[in-house]
Amino acid sequence: MTNVKINSVAKNYGQVSVLSDITTQFPEGSFTSLLGPSGSGKTTLLRIVAGFVTPDSGTVSIGSRNVTNVPVWARNIGMVFQSYALFPHMTVRENVAFGLARRGIKGAEARSQIDRALEMVRLPGFGDRKPKQLSGGQQQRVALARALVIQPSVLLLDEPLSALDRRLRQEMQVELKRIQRETGLTTVFVTHDQEEALALSDQVAILDRGQIVQMGVPTDIYEKPKTRFAAEFLGDTNFLTGTVSARIVTLSDGTAIRLADAEVAPSDGQSVTLAVRPEKIRIVEGVADAEPGLNRLQARVTAVIYAGAALTYVLTASDGTPFKIFAQNTTGTIIPEGAQVTLTWEPKHTILLQDQA
Amino acid sequence: MPADIPVASTGTPSGVPARRGIPGSVATIALLLPSYAWLLLAVFLPLCTMFVFSFMNATPMGKTPIVFTLKHYQAFYTQPYLVKIAWDSLLMGFWATLSCAILGFFAALALARATTGRVRETLLILILLPFWTNGLVRVFSWTMVLREGGFLDMLLHSVLPDAGSIGFLYTRPAIVLGLVHGYLPYMILTCYIALVTIDDSILEAAESLGARWWTILGKILVPLALPGLTTGAVLTFVPVIGAFMEPRILGGRVGVTMGTVIEDQFTQAFNWPLGAALSFTMLAVVLAIFATFSGVLRRNSGAAA
Repeated sequence: MTNVKINSVAKNYGQVSVLSDITTQFPEGSFTSLLGPSGSGKTTLLRIVAGFVTPDSGTVSIGSRNVTNVPVWARNIGMVFQSYALFPHMTVRENVAFGLARRGIKGAEARSQIDRALEMVRLPGFGDRKPKQLSGGQQQRVALARALVIQPSVLLLDEPLSALDRRLRQEMQVELKRIQRETGLTTVFVTHDQEEALALSDQVAILDRGQIVQMGVPTDIYEKPKTRFAAEFLGDTNFLTGTVSARIVTLSDGTAIRLADAEVAPSDGQSVTLAVRPEKIRIVEGVADAEPGLNRLQARVTAVIYAGAALTYVLTASDGTPFKIFAQNTTGTIIPEGAQVTLTWEPKHTILLQDQA
Repeated sequence: MPADIPVASTGTPSGVPARRGIPGSVATIALLLPSYAWLLLAVFLPLCTMFVFSFMNATPMGKTPIVFTLKHYQAFYTQPYLVKIAWDSLLMGFWATLSCAILGFFAALALARATTGRVRETLLILILLPFWTNGLVRVFSWTMVLREGGFLDMLLHSVLPDAGSIGFLYTRPAIVLGLVHGYLPYMILTCYIALVTIDDSILEAAESLGARWWTILGKILVPLALPGLTTGAVLTFVPVIGAFMEPRILGGRVGVTMGTVIEDQFTQAFNWPLGAALSFTMLAVVLAIFATFSGVLRRNSGAAA
């Protein structure tokens, strides 16, 4: 149970920079998700921690130990792969015993540790089966037991749930979180599934083109994205651009949007991009006055997507930007396409993005 | 890593009209029939003929009246030197197969694990290249290398001018060398097919659990390549113990094997029944060896289960 420190790590493959100067820390006992699109470098970063990839520069420490030049087999890591990577010619018990045998743990001591590990992943009694006789979810549990039984310093998960179907994946998320809490293992989890990252993690790191663009607790990452990329990658977002003047952003059609009080306003006259999450916006048919203190924007409905419990309205705002909002189907009435609507939201849900508009 | 989610292949992709007419089983039979018919004709019939021949008292082409007899099957008993020859042939087969297995496994491992794309394709073609030349020529070319004062000696003398000859033409090792040369590609290919299917992450998982390379080799790679090694061993061992070209050309006086003895019965002594009987006796011995081995292999994998 130790923290992981990554200091100025960079990695290039030929001319292509996969990771550029990453410095970050995964605190002891934390569950960190590395989230990003394909090619963002998230897997490379995990593989550098594991030792499968040697960084071109920088250092990796696990606990107080600098492991930058320590081979994989000596790092004492627990790794779970997307493809399960169970040894197909061995039984479940033999799979779990593999790491113990490498540590000289055999006989009765090994047996009891294997039993405990299989109980932890809720697969007692499956020991004599071959991987082929198990379902995908069960195989991944065995892989998890195999990684946990060696009492690793750090648990590395490389998209472990991606190959599972949706229902099983949700079930495994709960299991994974429970096991991580019980063991208190510092865990690094690579995923491209944003909901999975938000649901499981203590902290989420968003990677883009080899850099960590934002790192923080899930609520901060979702409610206060710093960049357009972060806002867009995590959840749906509407963007507005305008010019600042005295904490008010004026859109091209003259609509005034108030910034959140907590936001440090940029200097007047600057052009900025705002983000508003679709579920934060209320929709009213017709041109209506907003309650005082709320932001208000006129729009026209271009499409309605009816999904029973929820509705998605696709709109065009008065300044011409495309907009999207989610509404709960509480009233049963659906605003028709082409209708004029008024959108309102609280200023505190107006996110000021840091990149240039 | 891209998220490759394995998807079970469906018979007909949606949108494409389903095939009409021929049911699957009929199509399968129709596709298999030509090759099975050919195998029946080209292998089974001659084999049956030979089996019948092996019970005759003489080759059914001369004037001798044909009588059925078991006497040729007593050859190993009445001519004990044949037992020695058979044993030598089996030993030769063992050494050739073992050499092929060791060399072939590591060559296949390097091909499957250490190379990619174009390099791998080129190397695979180079392995098959010997098949493009006549086997007899290839064996004869070894005599040029192995004879006293041959290429091997020239090579040695270019480094150590005073050294004696290390040419070993007309010895058992020379025969084994020729046989390994001839049958190594089969072993490489069968091992390669087994090794190339092993997912990299399985080896990475082993390493992450603390395994060094020798553990990965012994506990993961070799067991997973065992089907390939077994197939390769069968493909090597069977033709090797019946080989007569390599023993004759590279073995000289020591090159008397079951293969050459049997060949002599057909071409020199014109005693086809004896040749046939010896062939079937060797076939029985080989099958017995395989039966024993497959039992051992199954028990081993059973114990591992």
